[in-house]
Amino acid sequence: MENGKLKMENSDKILIKGNYAIAQAAVNAGCQCYFGYPITPQTEIGEYLSGKMQELGRGYVCAESELAAINMVMGAVSTGVKAMTSSSSCAVALMQEALSYAASDELPVVLVNVMRTGPGLGYIYPAQGDYNQSVYGGGNGDYKIIVIAPSNVQECIDYTYRAFYLAQKYRNPVILLADGLLGQMMEPANFGEYPYPEVDVSSWALSGAKGRDARAIYSCAREEAKQIQHIIDLHKKFEVIAENETSYEEFGVSDADIILTAFGSMTRNIKAAMKVLREKGIKAGCFRPITLNPFPNNRIEELSKLGKDFIVVEMNMGQMFKDVKYAVNGNSKVELVNRPCGEWLSVEEIVSSVEKVMEKNYAASI
Amino acid sequence: MQQVFSIPKSFKENFKYTFCPGCDHGVAIRLVAEVLDELNLTEKTISSTSIGCSVFLYDFLNVDCVEAPHGRALASATGVKRAQPDKVVFTYSGDGDFASIGLAESMHTALRGEKITSFMINNTTYGMTGGQLGPTTTMGQKTTTSPMGRNREYYGYPIKMAEHIALCDGTAFSARVALDSIPHINEAKKAIKKAFQVQLEGLGFGFVEILSSCPTNWHMTPEQAHERIRGEMSEIFPLGIYKNIMGD
Repeated sequence: MENGKLKMENSDKILIKGNYAIAQAAVNAGCQCYFGYPITPQTEIGEYLSGKMQELGRGYVCAESELAAINMVMGAVSTGVKAMTSSSSCAVALMQEALSYAASDELPVVLVNVMRTGPGLGYIYPAQGDYNQSVYGGGNGDYKIIVIAPSNVQECIDYTYRAFYLAQKYRNPVILLADGLLGQMMEPANFGEYPYPEVDVSSWALSGAKGRDARAIYSCAREEAKQIQHIIDLHKKFEVIAENETSYEEFGVSDADIILTAFGSMTRNIKAAMKVLREKGIKAGCFRPITLNPFPNNRIEELSKLGKDFIVVEMNMGQMFKDVKYAVNGNSKVELVNRPCGEWLSVEEIVSSVEKVMEKNYAASI
Repeated sequence: MQQVFSIPKSFKENFKYTFCPGCDHGVAIRLVAEVLDELNLTEKTISSTSIGCSVFLYDFLNVDCVEAPHGRALASATGVKRAQPDKVVFTYSGDGDFASIGLAESMHTALRGEKITSFMINNTTYGMTGGQLGPTTTMGQKTTTSPMGRNREYYGYPIKMAEHIALCDGTAFSARVALDSIPHINEAKKAIKKAFQVQLEGLGFGFVEILSSCPTNWHMTPEQAHERIRGEMSEIFPLGIYKNIMGD
C-alpha cells in the first residue's frame, strides 16, 4: 500500500471480490469522496470505503438516503474532485432525479449499480433488469448517461478507472452497470496503475470567486431559446461521446451465421456456448457491447447487412434485445434467449436454446 | 459628507431582484451579502440553492453556486464541504424546501454537525407556485390548498424548525429572526453572522430561520404582512436564539 493504492507488479494478480475491486479501483483512480447508503448486493463497496477514505483523509458520509448520497456526489464533483456513490436497482431508482440534474448540469457523477432483481423490492438474486433504467434513464427530460458494463472482476477495475475518466472528460454522469454475480464473485485481478491522464477542470469547477466572476452550475434556463440550445448541445456532446467512446468486443463473427449477443456477466456464458456450438458444427460468433450507452449500433448494423442473425442472451425480459433489433433494422433475424433473474442461464441452456432457434429458423437448410 | 448607503460587494453588478413587491427575500439576501462582505468571505464561499423563490440566488450574489434538486441543497452542500473543507459553504432555501421535502437532509446535516451554514425563509407558504399550504402554514391560515383554513383533521400542525435544529447535537447555532422592523433586521444580521462564525470556528452546523413576508400570497399589503409577522407569526414561531455553543 502506498498513498492508499494497492501497489502491484504488472504480472501480479490477487484473488478479490468484485465489490472490493470496484472500491479499491475508485481509491486508485483518485476518488476523493464516497457517499452511500447500504443495499445488498453492493454493500461491501461502502463498507470498504468507509475505512479506506478515513485512513486517507478523504471524504466519506454514511448518507441518510440514496437521494442524499447522489446529491452529495453532485456537490462534491461540482468543485472538480472525483467522487462516487454505489447502490443497487430499486435504490438506484431513487437517484434518477439527480441523474437528470447531473446530466443537465454536466456534472461528472460516477454511479456504480450492482444490479439485483426487480421490479419493486424484488430480491437479491442477480439480474440484468436495469438495462432500460440505465440506458434510457428514469429521470425527466432529454438526457443521456454513459453506461459501461463489466463482465469480470478485472473489468470491474478497468471500467471503474474508465468511468472516472470519461465522467470528467465529457462532464457527463457515468453508470458502471455490474450485477450481483460480479459484485459477489472472487476472481484473480490486477489493479495496475490508473491509466488515464488527469482532466483539467479549472475552467468550470467551483472554487470560490477569487480573481474571476462567480460561477453557477444550474439546469434552469428561463429563456426558451437558451433551453432549446442547451438540450441540443447536450445531445451534440453525446454524439461526440458515441464517436469516440463506443466500445464492444467480438469473437468469431467473420465466418459466423449466427451471433450470440450479451452484455455484462452474461458475456462469460455466451463465449463458452460459442465454443460448444462450433464443436457441434454450428457457425456461432459472439458480440458483446461494452458501452451500453453509447450503443454499438453501427457495428451491429454492419454485421446484420452481411446476413448474420443475432440471438440476444440476457437476464431480463428482453431489454437489450430491442436495441439490437433496432440496430439490425430488419436486415436479419433477431431472437431472444432469456430468464428474468436468478441463476444465470447456463452454457448448456444457451446451447440448447440456440439449437431450437436454429431448428425453427433454418429447418429447410439443415 | 458621510456615505450612509452602498451595495455590498458580494452582490453582482447591476443585479435586479425578481421578487414580488414587498417580499422580504431581498432583505434577507442583502443581509447575507453584508455579512459575507464584513467577514471577507465572498471569494472563498460556495453556495447551494434548491427549488422555490430562493433558487435564483446565483442571479444576485457574486458567489459560486451549485443548484440542487428540490429539498437536496443540504446534501449538495455536504458534498461541497466534504470535498473542500477549507471553503465556506452555505445554503439558502425556503420552508417547503428545508422543512418539508428536504426535512431528512436538513435534520441529518444538523445531526452530523456539518460545518456549513443554512438559512431557511419561513413565509408560511409555497411562494413560487402561488401560495399553497406548506409545512409552516399556521393553524387557520387560508391557502390555495387549504381554502377553509388549516385544521388539524386534514393538515396537522406547522413545524418549528429552529427548535428542532437546536435539539440536534451537531448544531452549533440555531436562531429564529424576523425582518418586519429595523430592530429585528439588525438582530437578524447578527444571527446570520453568528451562523457563519460557528462554521469558520469549525464548531458545527449553523442555522437561522427567517420569518419573512409574502404579501402576494398572503393577499396583504407589505405593511399588513409585517404586522402579521409581529403578531400571529411571532406567537407561533417565537423569535430568539435556541442554541449557541460559541457564546457572544
